[in-house]
Amino acid sequence: MVKSLTITILAILTGWLCLAIWQTPLDASEDNVTPTSTPEQVEHGRILAGIGNCATCHTASLDKPYAGGLDFPTDFGTLYSANITPDKETGIGDWSREAFIRAMRKGVAADGSYLYPAFPYTHFKNITDEDLDALYAYLMSLEPIAQEPPENELRFPFNLRFLQWGWQLLFFDDEPLQPDPERSAEWNRGAYLAEGLGHCTACHSPRNAFGAEKKDKAYAGALVDNWYAPALDASQPVPVHWDEKSLYAYLRTGQSDYQGTAVGSMGEVVHKGLKVAPDKDIRAMAAYLATLGGQSTVGGEKNEAAKLIEAAHQRVATNRSRGEELYISACAACHFNAPENPRALRAELSLNSAVTADDPSNLLRVTLQGVAANEGTPGIVMPAFATFSDDDIANLAEFLRSRAGRPPWSDVHERLKDLRQLQN
Amino acid sequence: MPIQFQINGKATTVDVPEDTPLLWVIRDDVGLTGTKFGCGIGMCGACTVHINGRATRSCITPVGSIAGTAVTTIEGLTQGGNHPLQQAWVEAQTPQCGYCQPGQIMQAAAMLREFPNPTDDQIDQIMSGNLCRCMAYLRIREAIKIAAGNMQADAAEGAAGGNGHA
Ligand code: FES
Ligand code: FES
Repeated sequence: MVKSLTITILAILTGWLCLAIWQTPLDASEDNVTPTSTPEQVEHGRILAGIGNCATCHTASLDKPYAGGLDFPTDFGTLYSANITPDKETGIGDWSREAFIRAMRKGVAADGSYLYPAFPYTHFKNITDEDLDALYAYLMSLEPIAQEPPENELRFPFNLRFLQWGWQLLFFDDEPLQPDPERSAEWNRGAYLAEGLGHCTACHSPRNAFGAEKKDKAYAGALVDNWYAPALDASQPVPVHWDEKSLYAYLRTGQSDYQGTAVGSMGEVVHKGLKVAPDKDIRAMAAYLATLGGQSTVGGEKNEAAKLIEAAHQRVATNRSRGEELYISACAACHFNAPENPRALRAELSLNSAVTADDPSNLLRVTLQGVAANEGTPGIVMPAFATFSDDDIANLAEFLRSRAGRPPWSDVHERLKDLRQLQN
Repeated sequence: MPIQFQINGKATTVDVPEDTPLLWVIRDDVGLTGTKFGCGIGMCGACTVHINGRATRSCITPVGSIAGTAVTTIEGLTQGGNHPLQQAWVEAQTPQCGYCQPGQIMQAAAMLREFPNPTDDQIDQIMSGNLCRCMAYLRIREAIKIAAGNMQADAAEGAAGGNGHA
């Protein structure tokens, strides 16, 4: 009796669970909006796709834009981005508008399978109907490219997509962001873009053991794809905190005199994605992001920065460390600045998060691979110092850290080993 | 993959592996030998050229990373080799063996764009990555100051002239 009751309850529970997890496949429907989308919608969608930086993740080779296949190594295995061109077989060509909107807001693909949150639907849920329609119109206007992305290589049990139902239950709230009536329209526009389409915290927030962003640590900085996305909250490690002006300059041009230049993933965000965004949207994002920072730890005053730059000019007369010798020979010619007038293109290392953040990856990676003309500020090149030994680079890092008044990093050699592997 | 860039104002295409150092390309493929090889590891400055106007060590710059840019070597600094720095170099009799000097001049020329009136300390800080085995450092500094002075005087004259016409 007890046994059969248990079985019945289990059966009901299993049934209920299956129902809860089950998502209806949404096939191409007759009301597929492509034919009715306007050129204005397509153009608006193109700009939105730039702000969302869709192409960077969904493009593996430049001759196949948006055709997916880019690999994302994660703690759970490797994921590959989807083909989001309107190819019917391998892309989203037969996705209806509803299916697209469900994927963007609920993380469920057209066939009813759950998407992994590497695809930031956790942010895209904040996008308005109007903007989603425009994005849909734009993607459907692209050249269809037939390319099947490689199968994901996730470890068991992460390869079971239906388990994402549980993940969503624990970590996903599909309520969209509400405007803050206390703040200006510009600030709210910035919040809408940064928290939604722009999905800034997807890189700039640390994640928990299940790969979910830590809500209480939003914008506290994180290592993503071997680049460190520095903190933008009050814990930001730069002596001169980001303000509206510097954020605008950086998001618009990739350069800020006090904080440096965008390279790596952020270089792509600025120079490939945001470059199509209208000025007022960049200003709005700057207005929003600037309010995250709070007061600088060293006063944030430019004269504090001048003191740090001046201190960086002091040379030990005898018995210089190897790091200092290397810096004098290899770095100072480009990175020297006048105390009152640092320049973005001479990135002042004592003020730059590559040196001042707790994670050494950015400094080490840029030292090893340099910056190509098409990676950072367009046309500006930094040579690659991969011929330096690990010990030399570690000495240099130690010198730069102590000069900036920070304790030494403990993981330089491990990181160097990993990052050198990326070069090969 | 052919890599395209400009060198001294001329469009150039080279077909070499992307990780070939720019210095190799300049000397061996393009055939301009004014730019010198010293250390090959970015520690002496002999190979300094301008990439889009900024002084860069060409020995550790992979040619693939400069696609689309404009490279200037000592041969292209001015048409007739009469940059104010080159004139000052003659005036101060700066070189001894001369080997480091193309790199010195290219580094100094880029510096004067951002620091048109450099102090001794600024010169030392920015030029210290350019080694000179012959120890011409004092004459290098002197020549830079002569050139900076002449360039500023020229600029002032130009500005005054310009105003006169206005
Ligand atoms: S040869 Fe390039 S720095 Fe020495
Ligand atoms: S003049 Fe001989 S190395 Fe400088």
